[in-house]
Amino acid sequence: MYRYDKYDHKMLEDRIAQFRDQTNRFLSGDLAGDEFLPLRLQNGLYVQRLAPMLRIAIPYGMLSSTQMRKLAFIADHYDKGYAHFTTRQNVQFNWPELADVPDILEHLAEVQMHAIQTSGNCIRNTTTDQYAGATDQEIADSRPYCEIIRQWSTFHPEFAYLPRKFKIAVCGTKTDQAATKVHDIGLFIERNEAGELGFRVLVGGGLGRTPVVGKEIKEFLPEKDLLSYLDAILRVYNREGRRDNKYKARIKILVKETGVDEFAAKVEQEWAELKDGPLTLTDEEIQRCKSYFQDPAYKDLDPEPAELTQALSTDVLFANWYQQNIASHKKAGYAIANICLKKTGVAPGDVTTAQMNFIADLADKYNFGEMRITHEQNIVFADVEKAALYELWQALKSQELHTDNLGLLTDIICCPGGDFCALANAKSIPIAESIQRQFDDPALLRDIGEISLNISGCMNACGHHHVGNIGILGVDKKGSEFYQVSLGGSIESDTSLGRIIGPAFAQEEIPTVISKIIEVFKSERQGEERFIDTYKRVGIDPFKAKVYAKAD
Amino acid sequence: MQKLIKNREIVQDNWVLLKELDANSDLDASIEGNVIVPLDYYLSHLDSLKGRQSKVAVWLDSHQDPKALKDHLDKLELVAINFPAFADGRGYSIARELSANLKFEGEIRAIGDVLRDQLFYMRRCGFNAFHMREDQDLEASLAVFDTFSDAYQSSVDQPIPLFRRRA
Repeated sequence: MYRYDKYDHKMLEDRIAQFRDQTNRFLSGDLAGDEFLPLRLQNGLYVQRLAPMLRIAIPYGMLSSTQMRKLAFIADHYDKGYAHFTTRQNVQFNWPELADVPDILEHLAEVQMHAIQTSGNCIRNTTTDQYAGATDQEIADSRPYCEIIRQWSTFHPEFAYLPRKFKIAVCGTKTDQAATKVHDIGLFIERNEAGELGFRVLVGGGLGRTPVVGKEIKEFLPEKDLLSYLDAILRVYNREGRRDNKYKARIKILVKETGVDEFAAKVEQEWAELKDGPLTLTDEEIQRCKSYFQDPAYKDLDPEPAELTQALSTDVLFANWYQQNIASHKKAGYAIANICLKKTGVAPGDVTTAQMNFIADLADKYNFGEMRITHEQNIVFADVEKAALYELWQALKSQELHTDNLGLLTDIICCPGGDFCALANAKSIPIAESIQRQFDDPALLRDIGEISLNISGCMNACGHHHVGNIGILGVDKKGSEFYQVSLGGSIESDTSLGRIIGPAFAQEEIPTVISKIIEVFKSERQGEERFIDTYKRVGIDPFKAKVYAKAD
Repeated sequence: MQKLIKNREIVQDNWVLLKELDANSDLDASIEGNVIVPLDYYLSHLDSLKGRQSKVAVWLDSHQDPKALKDHLDKLELVAINFPAFADGRGYSIARELSANLKFEGEIRAIGDVLRDQLFYMRRCGFNAFHMREDQDLEASLAVFDTFSDAYQSSVDQPIPLFRRRA
């Protein structure tokens, strides 16, 4: 993991002092609310329905056990004993007091964490694949580049008041797991014919009100030019992005209205001024950042240890978890284990203080003291010895953290929704729960197989409903909460956006609607086909027909 | 005369800012002293402005392109950039272009909705003078230039990014 040096530490201290002063001025009436607003947002602080909400950055999802324990401490002292992991690999507290926030930031700084730029019209937390560095599917580890981008974007003086928020994702794997194409900038690590590393650059992707898949503006950007090129894109956006209408202010609208070729030309023109200047990355800096993400001290282990084989043949519950929640590792004898935070009845992504401390202990024992938060709102142990998996599972089971639904229908991605969020049109957590209760048969879930279900409580699409195989969007219909269902979204390499199936439904209809969709899938499915493949083959019509069929 | 912050000091402003100036009107001869005129007016009155006894500077609004001044920068000692609202961040890029790309070395002045909490970033983008909004406390504002001890990026006040300076 990256470790702060004296510069990182000092700037973080400076930031806390700055925010403490701003908060005090606001509380004493010296700073107007509308002028404090962007300042607090750039420190992750929203004022929500019930209390302020503080969003803390987990850069590209990497978290140490020490940091996890600190989050648990904060949850205990300043919140109600739990935290919520988000679809941007961050963590949120829903109940802090405004006046306490500078103190919370000081606690965070002790473990090299912060809430900088987790909100507001600025460059947000860069996200990436949760298996980075551990998977056997990788071109190069994306995390050193994410860290380089994190430092470049942190307190960037020119881009703190952009037309709208700005999100960057980096993909280092062959199959995209980071929804990279639906980001304002998507960077795909590639190797050119000479074997040099660089990036294929996409711009203008995004979800929200106008979902768009990003467009390529650079086929191969050499790695050393990363920051100068990002500076150029951001400058064009900052100068020309629309500021007259909040809903048309994202870069995707600028790219669409300018035309992708014209936009790319403008970036090239800006880049000509910056290219080969001081922003050009040095080999030393790339190596320095890579040095923080070296492999942990792997041992040479039996690729198929007897402990595992035996447990798999004797404990069917463990075998189910293994089949569903384990991904293959680049190093023989190791595995990537997913801890699903999607237990029925618990809001997706929520963990209690006890669970956080427990997970931190397990990370120390089984995973080199580290873990990753995923955009699916789960936790990954990326480097577990296969021989220890059964032990790990038993430990997880003791805290009810052994949910074995990764990638299945009940592994729902869900925003906090109307229960907490001031922006939401509708609740989302109870919808997730009603679906989980409807589909409570593990055998049926495994039979349905790989499928993604995403729920957002409003157009802002924090639950990424556009890219769910099944997407559910909360809408306001004459003052009551309704839900629009879409089908066919996918974040895989051929990223596609879902199509709305038809008129919206009332909350209580949703479990039945999902059941009908699954029935159609089962009757149309060929062999072991995944839901998305069946959908692509048969289209939306059979689903529509069934869901809206009049009762006889 | 109004005060402003320039090079981290509170000084008297010896310029008159002409915010509204119709392109068709003659610059009122009764306005004496140094004036800051709108970009469009400046570009369409180059000849008549040459005849003025006192100095002329230009102000850009946040949607305007500093490249329009490319051929005139050697004659200007001040360019002002307007912030119609403090959250309109275009001025930061304009200042940086003016300073880093167009190599303008004169005074770059922030005008309009200029508040103390934005000064630190403004200075890093090349602003060296700040005509603060009326209600702002100038003395208190001076302190914010020391908010951060260092910065990661390449910027006008420190072109060498931190990664080339880490020790």
